[in-house]
Amino acid sequence: MRLKLSTGPWAAVLGGSVLIGPLLLQIGSEPGPALAAPADARDAGLRAFDQVALVLRHPRCLNCHTTTNFPGQGDDRHPHVNLVRRGLDDRGVPGMRCATCHQSEENLASGVPGRPNWRLAPLSMGWEGLSDSELCRAFKDQRRNGGRSPEALAEHLRSDALVSYGWNPGGSRTPVPVPREEVARLMDVWVHAGAPCPR
Amino acid sequence: MHELKVNGKVQEIDADPGTPLLWVIREQLGLTGTKFGCGIARCGACTVHVDGEPVRSCSFTVAAASGKEITTIEGLSPDRSHPLQQAWIAEQVPQCGYCQSGMLMTAAALLKARPAPTDEEIDFAMTNLCRCGTYARVRKAIKRASGTTAT
Repeated sequence: MRLKLSTGPWAAVLGGSVLIGPLLLQIGSEPGPALAAPADARDAGLRAFDQVALVLRHPRCLNCHTTTNFPGQGDDRHPHVNLVRRGLDDRGVPGMRCATCHQSEENLASGVPGRPNWRLAPLSMGWEGLSDSELCRAFKDQRRNGGRSPEALAEHLRSDALVSYGWNPGGSRTPVPVPREEVARLMDVWVHAGAPCPR
Repeated sequence: MHELKVNGKVQEIDADPGTPLLWVIREQLGLTGTKFGCGIARCGACTVHVDGEPVRSCSFTVAAASGKEITTIEGLSPDRSHPLQQAWIAEQVPQCGYCQSGMLMTAAALLKARPAPTDEEIDFAMTNLCRCGTYARVRKAIKRASGTTAT
């Protein structure tokens, strides 16, 4: 590249000034960041999403981000005991609501986990069985994700009170595998890259 | 100090904020119709209503109950005249009886939301556990109370 630039039309136009040589060398050997950023950023964004997907697919998230009519439970994602059902509003059925057992914080006497607004994610936000590409597209599709922009998704993962359960589930439950601050950083990388999805 | 309204009566409760509502109901207020079963919100024997919704009181703190209206089995009716109580007697539902106050409180919450529940709605609402296996009679009594049974 350097050789081509310094011997091609550019060199002729610039008239062989001794001052031009280092300039051409610089252009030829190290393309400016503005030229290279989109492709690099996209790759970084895709790599970041790979890590975020580990969180999205973790049982702490997937047990309620499910496509089934009932929540999962445990790391083996068995159906929630006692025939718990999703219900029409994703908060259980009459007589057996999520809030019958789950309150706004973990109950230290019973060990039952809790966070504000405890509920299943709507069916449109179910992620089971999706490929990386499908998961990414479902995640950022505002018709399916509650109207959240990529920035709002980042905020959801960074600060939502119910989502916080994944990192501090209490008892012997396995937390999600990537620290929350790291997920926030990865989401920022993904968002700044234009929220790219794998093909 | 926590102010609770239990069965229509305001009660001042002095207890650690994390104390299960169940202990307050049983030990401090002497309302022993509500039972301790598993202690992990699984069996439903401790079910009461908080602002009209069923709650497993072993897993509900007194602090969370503060300012709320609590109904226990003793408050379901003043004279055992609630349709479910009458149906429970008519269908001879209880065997040992330990789980039955929780069963009744869950069933009452169900009927409030679904006055004529289907079998499926009953099965998914009545997740309370009964070691005597009274489930078939529970379902029958709920149908009787809702007026949807022919037998």
